[in-house]
Amino acid sequence: MTKNIMIVGVGGQGTLLASKILGRLFVTKDYDVKVSEVHGMSQRGGSVVTYVRYGDKVYSPIVDKGEADQVISFELLEGARWVEYLSKDGVLVTNTQQINPMPVITGAATYPSDIEMKLKDMGVNVDAFDALSLAEEAGSAKCVNIVLLGHLSNHYDFTEEEWHDAIKACVKERFIDMNIKAFELGRNA
Amino acid sequence: MGKRLMLGNEAAARGLYEAGCEFVSSYPGTPSTEITEFAAKYDDIYAEWAPNEKVAMEAAFGASYAGHRSFCGMKHVGLNVAADPLFTISYTGVNAGMVVCVADDPGMHSSQNEQDSRHYAIAAKLPMLEPSDSVESKEFAKLAFELSEQFDTAVMLKMCTRIAHCQGLVEEEDRVNVEPKEYKKTPQKYIMTPANAIKKHPIVEERLCKLREWAETSDINRVEEGSDNEYGFITGSTSYQYVKEVFGDKYPVLKIGMINPLPDNKIKDFASKVKTLVVVEELDGIIETHCNTLGLNPIGKDKFTKLGEFSQTVIAKAFNIEKEVPFHFQEEIPARPPAMCAGCPHRGLFYVLHKKNLKVHGDIGCYTLGAMPPLNALDSTVCMGASVSGLHGFNKIAPEYSNGTVAVIGDSTFMHSGVTGLINIAYNESNSTVIILDNSITGMTGHQQNPTTGINLKGEPAGKVCLEELCKSIGINRVVVVDPYNLEECEKAVAEELEADEPSVIISRRPCALLKNVKHPGPITCDTDKCVGCTACMKIGCPAISMVDGKCSIDATLCLGCGVCGQMCKFGALPLRKEIAND
Repeated sequence: MTKNIMIVGVGGQGTLLASKILGRLFVTKDYDVKVSEVHGMSQRGGSVVTYVRYGDKVYSPIVDKGEADQVISFELLEGARWVEYLSKDGVLVTNTQQINPMPVITGAATYPSDIEMKLKDMGVNVDAFDALSLAEEAGSAKCVNIVLLGHLSNHYDFTEEEWHDAIKACVKERFIDMNIKAFELGRNA
Repeated sequence: MGKRLMLGNEAAARGLYEAGCEFVSSYPGTPSTEITEFAAKYDDIYAEWAPNEKVAMEAAFGASYAGHRSFCGMKHVGLNVAADPLFTISYTGVNAGMVVCVADDPGMHSSQNEQDSRHYAIAAKLPMLEPSDSVESKEFAKLAFELSEQFDTAVMLKMCTRIAHCQGLVEEEDRVNVEPKEYKKTPQKYIMTPANAIKKHPIVEERLCKLREWAETSDINRVEEGSDNEYGFITGSTSYQYVKEVFGDKYPVLKIGMINPLPDNKIKDFASKVKTLVVVEELDGIIETHCNTLGLNPIGKDKFTKLGEFSQTVIAKAFNIEKEVPFHFQEEIPARPPAMCAGCPHRGLFYVLHKKNLKVHGDIGCYTLGAMPPLNALDSTVCMGASVSGLHGFNKIAPEYSNGTVAVIGDSTFMHSGVTGLINIAYNESNSTVIILDNSITGMTGHQQNPTTGINLKGEPAGKVCLEELCKSIGINRVVVVDPYNLEECEKAVAEELEADEPSVIISRRPCALLKNVKHPGPITCDTDKCVGCTACMKIGCPAISMVDGKCSIDATLCLGCGVCGQMCKFGALPLRKEIAND
């Protein structure tokens, strides 16, 4: 059975690193893995999505609407945007941080209010928390990706050590301590 | 050696390495860029960024001619630039193996069109391999070199976004040592005068026949048996993965790994064993059209769109398999289009163009984002270099526009194909003003060096083209350099150069704000006591600025302290650059 994870956010938030770490973790557990990324123009502050799929044999590189077991959202509006991709029993792990898109900044559109509550009212299994504050507590707002992974780890049976090893294999040596701290803060949030 | 996750592009680069490739020359272009970046990490491969794809392909041809296995990679529209050498290299053939990679972008994630590059293989009469995952990206890259030398032809390797930018598990193998081929002067093979080329054309046709025979027997085009022959699928690339995702091993599949030439007998034999033949391919119906010439008339583009990317859902829907989408957010969700980054040096200059309400001929790069609201400061974007040459035609035939029209082009794009347009402006004397947005890097594709940066692909010091001297030597007398963080300076220069009665170049110079070696003062704050909420600062379209409770608010996670917004504020609520930086 193939499992589907989507990592969504705003270009520049570090979604690629999160998918890299997940991919690494699943490979060490002997799964077949595919990770699809988006490069280029949308990385400039646009809505970005990365797909991580693992199982005995993975064919398609992407996850489609209604298929995701988990959607990890780095930004609240993006969680709402991509919730169509969530499966019936799926879980939306989302940062409560809000980043205004340009149409909101220019006044052409408004940022919907009470997104978290509305998602819950729809029957979505929402696991929302403030990942940005925890990232800042760990040492940098840039660690928001690792904080989210830490929180996501509660939905898996992998050991803490296995997660730590995957993180260590994917981040630069001088950032390891900060990222492990970020992971722990997210895991305990 | 173990398996590890690799992007299709990294796997292709690994394939080059393992195949003994020694020379790589490319121009960056999403989604092809990382092949060359990964190839550059191998000490055994000489790798470079060329100024454009035509130069890259000709350089790779030169290396092959000298007897060393060579490669060039590009995006689909880059192949248009390199089409000239491609069609004649098809006639000359090669000495050592030569592989040309082209990466398509169905769905246009980062491209200006959605062309299907498979047409090129057919038109240039070259073999083309089409991998469907990272494993095949490596294997096919290696096979391409074997075929190249066996059949005396350049071989095309066709990637696409979902192959190039998808990671899969790949096993690393050793590099083979390939002895360089001897250089022999063979005028009838390499001098394509009409007399020689006439004799080469039948050889090219004969080569295609031989390649077709090879395609019939090679397991690169393989039949995967199914349990139900109600349908039989002919497919390849990503489409193969989607078909397998939906149907697994239920229906038989003829998986095409070589898109040109196609194996006629294998296709006919496969078709004869299934009740209904279905061809699934993204973009154009190339396999389908070929099937039609064989009299097979499969289901194809009547059921599957020519537009955009496919997915498992596209396949499922075509077969009336409904899938549940349990959740819809009921309210309208504001779009989040890409935007110029906070601190982007292009912003200040574009604000001036917007403010002066100029007609702006745009080009390919991050600055295409200047077309977005609130700046709306572009009138056209076509292809690399078209801003400069288009401006010349525009001004030449309609000189009444020339005082209110400019071209904008990045440093890398100017090197790629802007300089030839500027030569035309100087030579044929149109009163044109060209703005080179020199951010000292190739930005949109993810920070590649170029001839103006003085650093090569391997990160070593390299030759450096001086833009000012280059423009002057062409015959442009008026060349002025401005700092795009300084709105007043930009506005003055634009006004003066538009006013001048001769061609001119404005170089807007500031390194890309995302470059790691560029230091920034850091986030500013708005003095809310002074802010009156006039929203003047919002006119520059900076993602770090928003209005909170009627006052300007700066997002400290985004703001770099460029100081452009401070020049918009008449009330002193936002600091000026000189108050925050020492430059």
